[in-house]
Amino acid sequence: MRTILPFGPQHPVLPEPIHLKLVVEEEKVVEALPNLGYVHRGLEKLTDIRDYNQMVNIVERVCGICSCIHALNFCEAVEEMMKIEVPQRAHFLRVMWSEIHRIHSHLLWLGLFADGFGFESLFMQLWRIRERSMDLMEATAGNRVVISTNIVGGVRKDITEEQKTWILAEIDKIEAEVRQVEKTLLSDYTVKSRCCGKGVLTKEQAHQLGAVGPCLRGSGWAQDARMTGYAAYGQLDFEPVVEHDGDSYARCVVRFREVYTSCDLVRQALAKLPGGELAAKFKAKPEGEVWRRVEQPRGELFYYIKGNGSKFLERVRIRTPTFANIPPLLAMLPGCDLADVPVIVLSIDPCISCTER
Amino acid sequence: MFEMTRNVLKNLMGKYSTRLYPFDTREPFERFRGTLDINVEECIFCSTCAKKCPSQCITVDVKNRTWTCDSFACVYCAVCVESCPTQCMSMYPVTKPAAGEKSLIFYQGAAKIKKPKAEKPA
Amino acid sequence: MLANEQAVTVDTLIPECQTRFDAGLRLVGISAVEIKTDSTFDVLYHFDKDLQVSHLRLNVPKADAVPSISGVYFAALLAENEIKDQFGVNFQNIVIDFGCTLYLEPEVVKSPFCTFTFAKKDKVKEEA
Repeated sequence: MRTILPFGPQHPVLPEPIHLKLVVEEEKVVEALPNLGYVHRGLEKLTDIRDYNQMVNIVERVCGICSCIHALNFCEAVEEMMKIEVPQRAHFLRVMWSEIHRIHSHLLWLGLFADGFGFESLFMQLWRIRERSMDLMEATAGNRVVISTNIVGGVRKDITEEQKTWILAEIDKIEAEVRQVEKTLLSDYTVKSRCCGKGVLTKEQAHQLGAVGPCLRGSGWAQDARMTGYAAYGQLDFEPVVEHDGDSYARCVVRFREVYTSCDLVRQALAKLPGGELAAKFKAKPEGEVWRRVEQPRGELFYYIKGNGSKFLERVRIRTPTFANIPPLLAMLPGCDLADVPVIVLSIDPCISCTER
Repeated sequence: MFEMTRNVLKNLMGKYSTRLYPFDTREPFERFRGTLDINVEECIFCSTCAKKCPSQCITVDVKNRTWTCDSFACVYCAVCVESCPTQCMSMYPVTKPAAGEKSLIFYQGAAKIKKPKAEKPA
Repeated sequence: MLANEQAVTVDTLIPECQTRFDAGLRLVGISAVEIKTDSTFDVLYHFDKDLQVSHLRLNVPKADAVPSISGVYFAALLAENEIKDQFGVNFQNIVIDFGCTLYLEPEVVKSPFCTFTFAKKDKVKEEA
């Protein structure tokens, strides 16, 4: 017997309001259909009445968790369009903030994932570690999440020498604390039995369905937009994290190990941090077409921007990682047990306010 | 299987990791952007802040010399503070207290004493 | 004009996508831009292989039918439905066609909802 079950938008396990129509047969999911629109805000359209400097603050609010990286991508795109040479120091500071952002986003997700399969104390533990990365952002940039440090031309805030030492010390602490819970999360019997083999996305499927980020890397593709060397990534030593199983567990491991990579990248960026200007001065209006992509915690973020020579951009198209990860999710769900749906949905790290903008 | 036990014991025996918030608050970070304020005496009502604001929460009435900010629409980005030509605005590292109802930050600039009479005829 | 771009027509779109699919390119996204001067749409298809991005550009008059590539790239269905919602580009035969209700509820159909424009305050002095 077939039944259609609504899953979400409000569901105890979901951090964000995704709505799925699940066609179930007994306890097995046969088909899943997404239904978006719960948090659509029309941010792309706002470019009609906000100039490109104000848009930086608006694209930051596309996603609460990876805000800084949205702004980074937008600024890089506009800079490319206006041919602005960004100072080196700004590039390195952008990398530093992006990576702190990635740490905080991954820890948030790992906590929610733990909560998703009912491991509440691990959730608290991970969010306690995350608090350190939030402090780093608050002390250096002024806000905890939506830090607004990127502007067209560079960055707004600088870090002092004392802050630099303090950041390095905190990053060491974060890494040590994350290492402490590594065994609990990655080799626990109950955790493994909830995640291993659940929501498998094969290597071919992942690529054909356009998966991005940890979903793609969890299925064995070594593809990370950071390899393209935007901002200062080209000058840093970076190796993407790849897992080959393609199940929820593999995606979890990718994110877990990316926390270490991020810690390492923050250290590298601070070690190589050059002196100099924070932002370039410019006198141009955006004109022409440009695309740009960066790696967000959730995957590859793609912007297409068209300017028409005025201070208002003609079109800002934002393709967020979750938007690309929903078709793979629709391929993962059929055949799984209804009880595993929350874990599988969480395993793509859904960010619905991103998806709908 | 017992990897978490050490953590659990540590959490049981150790100090609280949370604070009894309203009674015990943490020293805010120096750069924290908490509340927006303006020194209205120095304001020249050029309305640069109102134009630059991404959330359009500031209204400047040039004629009546008033400055209004909807602090509930403000996103605390401090763009206005940086763009102010007279540096009369500032962000304080104090969290805005919770409120029962929305209110505006309203300032009436000193009446038009500042009449640059000497410049106009010239 | 973007680097690595190729123009396609309504007829060559699907074969062009099929060759890309067979060559192992990943669909990155689809963007639509309204060209106000001659009331057409530009639909851009972005592909990626080994971190090299290429694009296809399809220029169609408004209201003209555009074949959906979701038969080739399943992942295109969300983007196409979204563009249909927002701009009213007339995509035909999407694998799962939401019929302009991807973002909206069925009972409040009034789409596309990007057709209205903001009334700009036409103050010349605002140019700063």
